[in-house]
Order: sequence, then C-alpha cells, then structure tokens
Amino acid sequence: MTAADLPFRILPRLTDWNRAFWQGGERGELRFWRCQACGYYLHPPQPLCPMCHSKHLAVETVSGRATLATYSINHQPWMPGPELPYVVAIVEIVEQPSVRLTTNLVHCPHDQIRCEMDLQVTFEHHGDPDGDVWLPLFEPAVSNETVGDER
Amino acid sequence: MDANEIIERRACVSGVGQSDIGRRLGRDPMELTLDACLAAIDHAGLTVADIDGLSTYPGPMTTPAGFSAAGAYDVIDALRLNVGWYQGGLETSGQLGSVINACLAVASGLANHVLCFRSVFEGSAQGAQGRSAVMPGGGGGGGGGFKASGFMEWNLPFSAPSAAIWIAMFAQRHFHLYGTTREQMAWIALNGRRNAALNPKGIYRDPMSLDDYLNARTITTPFCLYDCDVPCDGATAFVISRVDRAKDLRNPPLRIEAVGSALRGRPSWDQFDDLSTMANRDAAAQLWTRTDLSPADVQMLQAYDGFSFITMSWIEALGFCDLGESGPFVEGGERIARDGVLPLNTHGGQLSAGRLHGYGFLHEAALQMWGQAGERQIPRDVEVGAVAAGGGNTCGCLLLVRD
Repeated sequence: MTAADLPFRILPRLTDWNRAFWQGGERGELRFWRCQACGYYLHPPQPLCPMCHSKHLAVETVSGRATLATYSINHQPWMPGPELPYVVAIVEIVEQPSVRLTTNLVHCPHDQIRCEMDLQVTFEHHGDPDGDVWLPLFEPAVSNETVGDER
Repeated sequence: MDANEIIERRACVSGVGQSDIGRRLGRDPMELTLDACLAAIDHAGLTVADIDGLSTYPGPMTTPAGFSAAGAYDVIDALRLNVGWYQGGLETSGQLGSVINACLAVASGLANHVLCFRSVFEGSAQGAQGRSAVMPGGGGGGGGGFKASGFMEWNLPFSAPSAAIWIAMFAQRHFHLYGTTREQMAWIALNGRRNAALNPKGIYRDPMSLDDYLNARTITTPFCLYDCDVPCDGATAFVISRVDRAKDLRNPPLRIEAVGSALRGRPSWDQFDDLSTMANRDAAAQLWTRTDLSPADVQMLQAYDGFSFITMSWIEALGFCDLGESGPFVEGGERIARDGVLPLNTHGGQLSAGRLHGYGFLHEAALQMWGQAGERQIPRDVEVGAVAAGGGNTCGCLLLVRD
C-alpha cells in the first residue's frame, strides 16, 4: 500500500509504554508487555501485573493469530477514514483471549465474516514526525478456507 | 447505623422537572438547566432554600460539544445554594450513579433534599453537520496533529470513534450467540415511537412501521438510523429527599427500594469479560440482592436506549427474561406496550423523545407512578417500577416503590 492509498487515521500518542505495540509492525511483529513472573499479557500496558502485582515485565512477540469476537460494518462517515463501508472488529489473541483488540478486519468479503473465524495480523504503516506507527489490522488466516484468491 | 440496613430505603424521589425539550432549541443551555432545576423543586413542593445538596452527571465538560451544559458549581452558584453535600462527575455507575450518590447522601444525613440534574445541548452544538461535527478530525478540518490517548487510543486509530460502533459490536455478538434479529430489535424503536406520539415533549412523533425501520439507512451493522438516539437540547432534574422529610410534601414519596451500582468486569468497552452482556449484568444482579421483590413484581421498566440494543441488554440483565431471550421477549411489541406486562419507555425513550442522557427515564418513571403522565399514562396503577441507565462499562439502576 503506497502512502497515497492510505486512509486518514488519527494516530496514537506514543509513549514508552505503548511504543512496542504501535511500532512492532516495522518488523511484522505484534507485541505486548508480559509479566515475567506469571506469564500474563498486559493490555493496555500498565506498570505492574494486575494478576500477581509483579513489576518484572518485558515486551514479547505473539503469533499474530486471533479469533473474531465480534464486528460491525460501519457505513457512517463519522470522520475521515477508510473507504465506506469498513469493518470494525474486536479480536481475541490466541495466546490469551482476554486480550482483545479493537481493530479493522480487512481483505475479507463482508458476506463471509463470521464471529469466531480465525484471523492473522497485517500492518498498515503510517509515517509521522512524532514517530511512525504500524496499525495492527486483521485479515482471515491463510488456513481459513473462506479466504478468496483475489487478495 | 446497621451494617445490614438497605440504606437507600431512607431516600425517595420527591419531585421531578424538565425544561423545554427540542432537537435544536438555540437557547442558553444554562437557562434550560435552571428551568429544570426550579421546576423539580417546585414540583416537590419545596423552595430553593430547602435544597441542601446537589448532584450532577457528568460535571463540566467541553467535549463532546453539548454533552454537558453545566457543572455542580455552576448551579450551586446560580441558585445561591448552601449545600451540606455535593458532587459532579463522570466516573460513576452511569448517569443514575449521580442519583444513587444523592440517595446515599440523604440517607447518611449529609443533606435532606438533594437537587440532581443532567443538562445537554448536543442538538444545537452539533448543528446541521450532525454527529460528525463533534468527532476528532470531523467537520472537514482533518485530524492535523491530534493524537489519541487514554481509552480513545485503542479505537480512534481504527476509525471507530462512536459508541454506535462499540455497542453495535455487542449487539452483533448477541445476534451471533442467540440468533437475535433486526426484526426483533426493531420493537425497541417502534415501541418508543408509538409512545412518543402521546408525549407532547416527544421529538419524533410520526408513526413508524416495521418496514420504515427495516428500510432505514444503515449506520453501523446491525444498527440503522432508528437504533440510534436523537441528540437534543434540554435538561432534567430531580429532588431526592430523605423519606422522613418528604412525607408531607406535594407528591407521595417514591421510595428507593434498592439500587444497583456494581461493576465486576474490566471498566472498558472492549476488554469487558463478556461481550454479550455489559456492566448492567453486575448492577442489576446487585439490585436484586438488596430487595425481597423480584422481576415479577415490577410493573414498568424505563431503560436506557442510547442504542436500541442497550434496552434489550437491560431487560435480560434485570431478569425480565433469560440471557439471550430479549429478542423473542420484545418481538411484536405486546409485552412492552403501555398495556402489556412490562410497559417500557413510555415517554418514547431517547430514540424518539430525545437524548436527555439517562435522566429522562427516571423523570418518566416518577410521572407514571404519580399518575401524572397525561395521555400516555399506563392504564394500571404502578406501585413498583424499575429504572435503568447507561451501557457498556457504566451502568446503574433503581427500583422504586410507592408505599
């Protein structure tokens, strides 16, 4: 996708805590802070583990696979953005389904969207003077038989 | 104080008031706010000097435009109130959290008569551009250097700026799990419209058919235009009194039998543990632990319809049907009609009577229980009513009893 093809997006304000998530896509990686004491993934990030209260946290890369919890096909021009209609989705990462991401489902015909379908991450790169951002979007997993060849 | 006492039973609704209500009134929002406050005080049979407490939701906010016309200090000053207790704020159990707080304040003796208000001017603030005018990057100017932070960090970058989208995803999850349909959900909107026709302050009062609903333009699936409430201008106010100070006032006390304020999942739209329910699950469950009454005793429900699905979610949470059964429960609209087993949103709700944001439901419940609802009065006497407001992670509910 060239810069000219990119939809308008409001980008996140980058911090030391969220940079791993928003810039992991530079290397094609979906990354979260993870508690090194109990293994819990933190999202959104915070300074200690909500489960065991350990502060021993580190950034780790997950598989990028997720399942579709729910979605909405948006037709309303709330603000500049992707071509209408576009799909907003909530996905659950396979490593820890309690970690959900609100995102966009892309590369999927709208009549083939099903809750629980298997997805994989794909990144949309936005250059920005405050630091580039790679938005983690999701598309049908390649093993999913409903994916068409036209992608 | 007995630790087992259901302390909210010391509190009651003694008066309600409302300003003019309209799609875009173009009036000073503070004037509307004070009109509602004075109307509620007068309706209770009190004077301004009797008011010794104040509670409001959400407190002063400049964005979204029109979301809040006045804060606690504005009204305390404008009416020269002397208060023993006051509060204003967003972080509570939905819009009715401010009323629950008022109940606790009068029950604890910090005040005798607490004025509660909610005032909006979203209709005028949004102007002809509608909701897009109040979105970041909306109104044609582009986002520029604006960066998302806080909870908006996790949805704005994905072009999901509206609660319409967030709640639509809850509805879609419900559709997926339980086979709920738009033909069923339609009845929240259709029921509201037929009731608004009898409400002189209703905003949309023309008849609406199921075909009208199904043919309306899509906003964000599964929601069409008529699943989304209508921004408006207007203010609503209540007086919450200690029962022992309200016995000789103008209206019979509407005692607070029980409140629900709980939040037992993550306070987030997308991280909440169960996407087919909302925090109303927790608030409603708590309410039923605080009373010997049961859903079968409730003769009327006034439940938030910022989006149609939220009302269905409240019907399930409060136990009027099983989880997943709200679609069949509302389908056809007979059960929820004014002469049905559970009259619902008898003023028209926010879908047809305007987005007064939570307070309209308690206003309507009180009028119905006092027999003051005019042409739309529920045919049978209502002695037990439930009121619920909020959605997503911010929900609260009340059970009212007229002794």
